[in-house]
Amino acid sequence: MTLPADSGRVALTVARFALKHVAFLLLTLLVVSFLVFTLNEFSPGDVARKVLGAYATQEQVDILTRDLGLDRPVLVRYVEFLGKLTRGDLGTSTRFKVPVKDIIWGRLGNTAFLAALAFACIVPLSMLLGIVAGMRESSALDRAILLFSTVVASVPEFALGVFLASVFVVALGWLPGTATMVAGGGWSVGSQLILPVAVIVLFDAGYVVSMIRASMIEVMQRPYIRTAILKGMAFRRVVVRHALRNAMINPITVILLQINYLISGVVVVETVFAYPGFGRMMLEAALFKDIALVEVGALVAVGVAVLTQIAGDLAYMLLDPRIRT
Amino acid sequence: MTDEPILELDHARISYFTRAGEVNVIPGLSFALGAGEAMGLVGESGCGKSTVALAIVRYLGRAGRITGGRILFEGRDVAGLSPSELREMRGRRVAMVYQDPMASLNPVMTVGRQLMEVPMLHEGLGERAARARALDMLAEVKLLDGESMLARYPHQLSGGQQQRIVIAMALIAEPALLIMDEPTTGLDVTVEAAVLDLVRELRRRHGTSVLFISHNLGTVVRVCDRIGVMYAGELVEAGSIRQVFANPRHPYTRGLLDCLPTLGRDKRQTPLVPIPGQVASALVRPAGCGFAARCVHVEPGRCTSEAIPALPVTGDPGHAAQCVRAAELPPWERRRAVADAARGRRSGPIVLRVEGLEKLYRPRPGLFRSGRAPVRALNGIDLVVRKGETLAIVGESGCGKSTLAKVLAGLETASAGRVEIGGREVASMRVESRPLELRRTIQMVFQNPDSTLNPSHSAGYAIGRALRRLRRTPKGEAAREASRLLGVVKLPTDLGDRKPDRLSGGQKQRVAIARALAGNPDVIVADEPVSALDVSVQASIINLLNEIQASREATLVFISHDLSVVRYLADHVAVMYLGAVVEVGSVADVFAPPFHPYTEALLSAVPVPDPDAQGIRIILEGPLPSATDMPSGCPFSGRCPRRIGAICDDTPPPTREISSGHRIVCHIPAEELTRLQSAAPSSPSPTR
Amino acid sequence: MTIPATAESLPAVPERVPLGFARAWARRLGLVAESKPALIGAGIVLAWVLAAVLAPLIAPYPPNATSMAAVAHPTPSAAHWLGTDHLGRDLLSRILWGARTVLTVAPLAVLGAAFLGSLLGLAAGYYRGWIDLVIARACDIVLSFPVIILYMIILAHFGSSAFNIIAVLTLTKAPIIARIVRGLTIELREREYVAAAKMRGESPLYIMLAEILPNARGPLIVDMCLRTGYNVVIIGALGFLGIGLPPPDPDWGGMVKDTYGMMSVWPHMALFPCAAISSLVIGFNLLAVGLREIGLRD
Repeated sequence: MTLPADSGRVALTVARFALKHVAFLLLTLLVVSFLVFTLNEFSPGDVARKVLGAYATQEQVDILTRDLGLDRPVLVRYVEFLGKLTRGDLGTSTRFKVPVKDIIWGRLGNTAFLAALAFACIVPLSMLLGIVAGMRESSALDRAILLFSTVVASVPEFALGVFLASVFVVALGWLPGTATMVAGGGWSVGSQLILPVAVIVLFDAGYVVSMIRASMIEVMQRPYIRTAILKGMAFRRVVVRHALRNAMINPITVILLQINYLISGVVVVETVFAYPGFGRMMLEAALFKDIALVEVGALVAVGVAVLTQIAGDLAYMLLDPRIRT
Repeated sequence: MTDEPILELDHARISYFTRAGEVNVIPGLSFALGAGEAMGLVGESGCGKSTVALAIVRYLGRAGRITGGRILFEGRDVAGLSPSELREMRGRRVAMVYQDPMASLNPVMTVGRQLMEVPMLHEGLGERAARARALDMLAEVKLLDGESMLARYPHQLSGGQQQRIVIAMALIAEPALLIMDEPTTGLDVTVEAAVLDLVRELRRRHGTSVLFISHNLGTVVRVCDRIGVMYAGELVEAGSIRQVFANPRHPYTRGLLDCLPTLGRDKRQTPLVPIPGQVASALVRPAGCGFAARCVHVEPGRCTSEAIPALPVTGDPGHAAQCVRAAELPPWERRRAVADAARGRRSGPIVLRVEGLEKLYRPRPGLFRSGRAPVRALNGIDLVVRKGETLAIVGESGCGKSTLAKVLAGLETASAGRVEIGGREVASMRVESRPLELRRTIQMVFQNPDSTLNPSHSAGYAIGRALRRLRRTPKGEAAREASRLLGVVKLPTDLGDRKPDRLSGGQKQRVAIARALAGNPDVIVADEPVSALDVSVQASIINLLNEIQASREATLVFISHDLSVVRYLADHVAVMYLGAVVEVGSVADVFAPPFHPYTEALLSAVPVPDPDAQGIRIILEGPLPSATDMPSGCPFSGRCPRRIGAICDDTPPPTREISSGHRIVCHIPAEELTRLQSAAPSSPSPTR
Repeated sequence: MTIPATAESLPAVPERVPLGFARAWARRLGLVAESKPALIGAGIVLAWVLAAVLAPLIAPYPPNATSMAAVAHPTPSAAHWLGTDHLGRDLLSRILWGARTVLTVAPLAVLGAAFLGSLLGLAAGYYRGWIDLVIARACDIVLSFPVIILYMIILAHFGSSAFNIIAVLTLTKAPIIARIVRGLTIELREREYVAAAKMRGESPLYIMLAEILPNARGPLIVDMCLRTGYNVVIIGALGFLGIGLPPPDPDWGGMVKDTYGMMSVWPHMALFPCAAISSLVIGFNLLAVGLREIGLRD
């Protein structure tokens, strides 16, 4: 077992890994796009009806249905749709009356901004709390952190929003109740972001803390921690040098999967604070049966999900030398 | 012994504090360990030996505490050390080596980092100096190619290499005391022998004191000068190895020695004598001797009224036993083998025939991987087993013995070759497709008492279900029959209501045997049935198997890595190495020269609990070749101490019929093997 | 226990007298009492279950009855302990009735997911091979779909009803349970008692259901508990987004949606339903934390 052979094998593992995941990504996208596409088949007439409004005659609806090509077999239209997608033609939103690409990227950008802010808080916060709690199981500090994380992870986002708003907006008047991303009413964009980010961070960090804590507890019971302590190392050093990396192996995938939640799952928070994000756009599109937008939005969401999964698996491989070979 | 002991325990009392209250594990332990001395601490699981080790380095967790007495290390009470003094002591003055080296090494840190850490921490060495020290240490523990070794992760090493790393890590700071807690448990015998040899050598060279904790009396003999026998948290007997083994004065020590199958023992001559009863809970300590309830020499009143002190054995300075009747006990005699053991019977009809059996495991062909070589678990096995005999299959881990058991049982199917049970070809028949009659014919007893019974089902249900499935016994009758079977395995019938969490390891294994008996099988395959049990329990299970086999005329295929047990129980023995049988014959033939060189190495590696019986020592070096990349010649050639040349690597060795039924697969002729192996020991064999 | 190294040195399990069925259950309940989180969690959940069951008896008003008098003064009063909403409906009554819906829908969806997920997980883990490949991939695909977006699309298309919500929650949660059960099954199928069952000729179905599943129940129960809590959150969120249970029947999320715009004037209208849903989820999650602790200790 010489080193070059080793690194060659690692390269092979990575290549195989990449190939496998890209294939899975494509497969998932294909399946999802087809599912969403056929979903609309259950109510084909509805599209035209939605566009034309309730007072249009059945004849008008039929004509539009034909014009839109909605009367042809689903498979034909699906293949056509895929062809358009690959040419970069994302279609037109019936709800917002603009091309899909004109609305979707802006909204996605807004959400990504919010997500990045929240993620930047969640990771260090939950690592700190999780490690500190898990390094001494059932100490007073551990119990306190466990209780805190359980409680904040239990309160639904809209309830957290209501609670925080009732204190900081209604009672104290320190912060604005909405985050429209347009400075106004005396509130800067920065101040608008505080509450949405706080809600997301509290709700999500609670969950991540408990994951890291559980992993840390398990690691602290491993014999190699005893080995390190009995080498005469100080406890803090044992935690940092020997426990930390091991304790992050399992949660790392979960942590990266939070990106997925932060992009697609924050629709509730966006609704509470009237934030012009991706989730709220999807909600409106779905309620309006805006097929083109729903279709592309779903693909984007799934793409993000699968990419974060891949990132999670990669990070796992980086942390754990055992699965590299 | 020097005047000032390195370590001294003075009525040390240790307790754990649980929800049930204080559990006093060690009521008051006293012993001393001199500089450069090696002392073994033996006893069965639960006797508190690991607690002692952890108390010395004051690592008892939050639940454990030293509640009385003193533990003096280099003259200072460890209970009174400040945190920084404690850290200074740990790793630098006292180092520890543990069971399961894989688990004791950090999986995400290179071996080099973990080694270098110690001198960098304690001596303030820089990277470069620490690295040089680590390299020196690797050479000391005989790990070749140190540079590349330093860059490896623990999972890239074999079990023996891992334990060498742990030992290197312990000795790198030149500690005064080395505590070894079951350091070789879980390693193969040949690897164990090499590790024990290394420990003995390093201890001589560095003058380190060693506290060696083990459940295996044989390993203690190989490493230590003195021995302490622990029972229920007390040191019941202590003295030099020779004193204790030649003249054990405590009934428990005698019990341990009597229930141990040793290489010289045979079921036809000296039965194993299990210790009756089981270890009592530490929650309730009896007033007098802790062993009284299980002792055959107990004298009510004298033994049971007040605490027994450790009494010196008269005329034997340094030897003490904690028994009021120590002086009155009859002299003890080691049960030794008689020269010629009975030959295995070859009378009954053949019930099991294996011919050219092969088993290949092909790696699952995934979408994106291919071309990986298959693992050859079994590589052309030929065996014949007759009615009523016990065939033992022995070999180290990875030799394919468990795969063989699974193929026989139908849990796996063969890739090639024939398996005939009662005249029926079953090699490619999974147990699911075997007809009822055939399923009933062959049953299995498994290794792990904790996994052999379903934790959700009661013992009675497990047996009853087997009766209903295998013998179509109606429900009501099955319950009655299940109780009867519990009686057969010597368990009280009311145990039938219990789920496995309320059964001891030995009891679980008995229930498993009763379950296997439910179909009244002709062949019982037992895969390491006693290897997870304490010696006293092991003895009673071996006796039970022996008895059942004799009374039912059943055939027993006994899979084991333990040659002592095999020597005791078997009529015939097959020795396996890398998926092939290298030697087969009656137990008397296999355990006497000429041996296959591998059998010879195995035998010399077995730790024998007898200071006088240290025979020829052969230390096998080199790793086990992987079963995916089999050598074209003899599978053993890479490690064989008697390799004669290139022929061993290139040409498959012939099968030589030494005597009727005794076959050795080797290039060396039998006469030559006999000559080599009867020659005087060329003691300690060269180690690479 | 803090360090496994000392497990060896602890006394062997004392021989306990055989317990009857009832006493075995009493022992289990006693264990619940030993974990404070479990006790508190169980208390909260039980209180809400009682409230839901007794809602028709203890609710002071019908859930949809409006009171013109209260519209002007919706704040808490002697007649309306928690006040009324903007339409003059009694909040306490609506919260109690709301508990009824949420405590029917959430557990039913969990049971459905547990049933479906266990079957899939058992089959995948026991048979491995292509069955495993298909099930695992299908689960991955469902799981990679952001749930809330999936709900939005499905519910927007099929309309929201209690049945649709249960169906969608079942389908999206089953893969998670399937993954857990699959992992446990892969581990448990290698146990010797499974081999022993095969050797006496048991059918795969018996092995999966009688030999494997009972031993997977510990983690499964804990997860079902957590899952119920999450379902309550999702049902609340769906109500809040306006795609939850159809009005006018009381739904906690919907109640918040209708009134949080009036927070600056009448904060109680949104606060009380929020407190209700939060306490119920906290109850489930504390119970899960506690059960896990007990499971570890036992």
